[in-house]
Amino acid sequence: MAYTEEELKKELETKEYEYGFYTDIESETFPNGLNEDIVRAISKKKNEPEWMTEWRLEAFRIWSEMEEPEWANVNYEKPDFQGISYYSAPKKKDKYNSLDEVDPELLETFNKLGISIEEQKKLAGVAVDIVMDSVSVATTFKKTLAEKGIIFCSISEAIQEHPELVKKYIGTVVPRKDNFYAALNSAVFSDGSFCYIPKGVRCPMELSTYFRINQAGTGQFERTLVIADEGSYVSYLEGCTAPMRDENQLHAAVVELIALDDAEIKYSTVQNWYPGNAEGKGGVFNFVTKRGICETNAKISWTQVETGSAVTWKYPSCILKGNNSVGEFYSIAVTNNYQQADTGTKMIHLGKNTKSTIISKGISAGKSQNSYRGLVQINSRAENARNFSQCDSLLMGNKCGAHTFPYIEAKNKSAQIEHEATTSKIGEDQIFYCNQRGIDTEKAIALIVNGFSKEVLNKLPMEFAVEAQKLLEISLEGSVG
Amino acid sequence: MELKDKLVSSFMAFENQIDVDTSVHDIRSEAIKIFEEKGFPTKKEEAWKYTSLNTLLKNDFSVFPKEEVALDFKDIKKYFIHDIDSYKIVFIDGVYSSHLSETTHEGMDICLMSAALHKPKYRPVIDNYFNKVAKTDDSLTSLNTAFSKEGAYIHIPKNKAVDKPVQIIHFATGNEAAIMLQPRNLIIVDENSHIQIIERHQSLTENPVLTNSVTEIFADKRAVVDYYKIQNDVQSASLIDNTYISQQRDSNASVHTFSFGGNITRNNLNFYHKGEHIDSTLKGVTIVGDKQHVDHYSLVHHAQPNCESHQDYKGIYADRSTGVFNGKIVVDKIAQKTNAFQQNNNILINDKATINTKPQLEIFADDVKCSHGCTIGQLDEEALFYLRTRGIPEKEGRALLMYAFANNVLESVKIPEVKRRINKLIATKLGVNLGFDL
Repeated sequence: MAYTEEELKKELETKEYEYGFYTDIESETFPNGLNEDIVRAISKKKNEPEWMTEWRLEAFRIWSEMEEPEWANVNYEKPDFQGISYYSAPKKKDKYNSLDEVDPELLETFNKLGISIEEQKKLAGVAVDIVMDSVSVATTFKKTLAEKGIIFCSISEAIQEHPELVKKYIGTVVPRKDNFYAALNSAVFSDGSFCYIPKGVRCPMELSTYFRINQAGTGQFERTLVIADEGSYVSYLEGCTAPMRDENQLHAAVVELIALDDAEIKYSTVQNWYPGNAEGKGGVFNFVTKRGICETNAKISWTQVETGSAVTWKYPSCILKGNNSVGEFYSIAVTNNYQQADTGTKMIHLGKNTKSTIISKGISAGKSQNSYRGLVQINSRAENARNFSQCDSLLMGNKCGAHTFPYIEAKNKSAQIEHEATTSKIGEDQIFYCNQRGIDTEKAIALIVNGFSKEVLNKLPMEFAVEAQKLLEISLEGSVG
Repeated sequence: MELKDKLVSSFMAFENQIDVDTSVHDIRSEAIKIFEEKGFPTKKEEAWKYTSLNTLLKNDFSVFPKEEVALDFKDIKKYFIHDIDSYKIVFIDGVYSSHLSETTHEGMDICLMSAALHKPKYRPVIDNYFNKVAKTDDSLTSLNTAFSKEGAYIHIPKNKAVDKPVQIIHFATGNEAAIMLQPRNLIIVDENSHIQIIERHQSLTENPVLTNSVTEIFADKRAVVDYYKIQNDVQSASLIDNTYISQQRDSNASVHTFSFGGNITRNNLNFYHKGEHIDSTLKGVTIVGDKQHVDHYSLVHHAQPNCESHQDYKGIYADRSTGVFNGKIVVDKIAQKTNAFQQNNNILINDKATINTKPQLEIFADDVKCSHGCTIGQLDEEALFYLRTRGIPEKEGRALLMYAFANNVLESVKIPEVKRRINKLIATKLGVNLGFDL
């Protein structure tokens, strides 16, 4: 483990959500509620061209006719969509050229999060596009990236400066009418990240964004669009923390990945939003639509570590459209206390010789419910499609639940599909063995859980792997004993 | 008139034919209400996502059989497992056929549902068991309950191993243009008793037949129930089979389902555990072609500690056939030390064939061993090549491999004659004559 016993001890003592603070930055917030005027106002605020406004309005109309889905294996009090403010931005609207111009309070927030920009800048390989309450306030390493022709900016900037790319790709993977939350996001998305890797370019560094929900009562509607042109490669990191709140906060993001011929996108997420307190009060609702499309020989790999949120509803998916394309999904979902997670993936095999791998590890503790819901679909023209799925669940205590809902649909005889699932608990003999060697129970559990999750942790980029490992322990702390 | 309306309106007429002062009357009236409210299941329901009854329900099924038809034993002999001595309960178009049957009242009851529902001496048993494990909010089960009149009634008292298997066979003769049959079986096996049952539905006609069958089985302490369902019906016949099994502690129940034919076959198989140390086995082999549709929907509800369940379903799908497997295992909070295993393997022979499978686990206890595995694949080309190099023609080689694929399930068939019959059916189905019994 990458830190000392002292550090862990300290970590455990401050077990309450450590990132739960609220930064007092003057924000400009819209009145609560949602109607066409609000959609127009958001669009206007962002100085968007006419086509974008229309696109949003159409999404709003679609959304108004949709009903909130109820099929997921989660129970929660439905958010009041008219009780949310759909736009909030830190007041300073100027772009900064150096850190000195940035609101010191904001810098303090980043320091608390452990992502000091100065440090980040110096640390090799990570360009940070920080999103604080929906508006991108700082973009680093932009110049290095620009030399390679890589566009990495906020989506609102992209709408201004690269409208042809945005227009061409937005909504192609996740159409506005895809689902309730995707439609909502399409209508009101405030900001997000945009990334374009030109033909044949291998992005020299891991791209990353940090999301934070800050303003009380604001929902966060991020929109991410990553386009990897022919033969390019990009690794994208996304990590999230949110301050402690008693009322539920809604997060409905949409992420679209487009991997053109021979391109590869690696998308990693560490999600640690406020899960509510030990009594299940508060916490973030996370209803996310993530999907990627693979053209010929392309590859998309999703890796996620989910430890936060009161309710998670998230299925990063791959449409394997091109021949020989590859989709991967590696996931660890940890639920504790009253958290509920319904997460998994969809692998839609359309092209020939397409391959997909699903490794999902669910860990439930406390009174939480953890579900894996997945779909593997082999279309009739997808010759020689191959899928391997493995879903393992680890239960801690007898008040939690683990569920699997794998859907497998095969329409081609040459398909080869394997699905395995197991459910187990941490063996008393395993803990005893550790105790014998002087490792206390709490630590032993951390050790075993890390072992259980290793297959997925290994897939994370270095920067995240350490953080994720730490996160797993904090989330499970106090769950056995 | 739609079938649903027809059924609801004929309920009155049905009620008039039978006496209404039994407690069963209330159960029936309640059931028809539930059916009227819910109607036939549609694809919008999660449990029926992959199976549509729409085309089937367009037939103008007659609900009541009009007259009794006699069948000659020699014509239908082949549908029996005739090389063993057995008790037989035979129905023709839903009506009991006494001359084809062999029932008993000596020391145990292997007889008719109609008798059990009417004779006062059975009343306490009916009050105790009838419609007690069947899911009362399920529309098709309720429909059957509303029209429950005839079927098999088996009650084995304590400490008795039934000397020979029981065969329950339903024939449809085509006397009516299209017929809907709703047999209702009740099987009660008391403490420490053993029974083996073979069930078959057979249509002798090209006319459409829809069978909506409900079987309730109660296995008391240490009872052993061994149930075989042979489904090899003609293309015009459809079957919705609802089987509910309630098990007391230390009991052992197994159901083998062999689906080789029929238009739409839906097997709803439910196991409920009421005590500790229960063993449940669910196995099946499905080999279909044409446009056949077979849907296995199973539930094992582990509600008590220290129980085991074993599930193993193999499917081979050719032509334009569709297979569905939906296996659900629920493990309650108190059901610690549960071992639940589920396996579903499928082979698609043809690009037009489809398989949809959804093995589902819902687990609320931590000290359990649960696993499920599911595969879809093809025959191993190398194994096939090996067989061919040894002089076994491709077709026979394929058959051998497919047979081997299904063999796991056959191994646990306890009646040798049934095993032999199934082997023969598989050989016919695969279109080979290997010159020896597989």
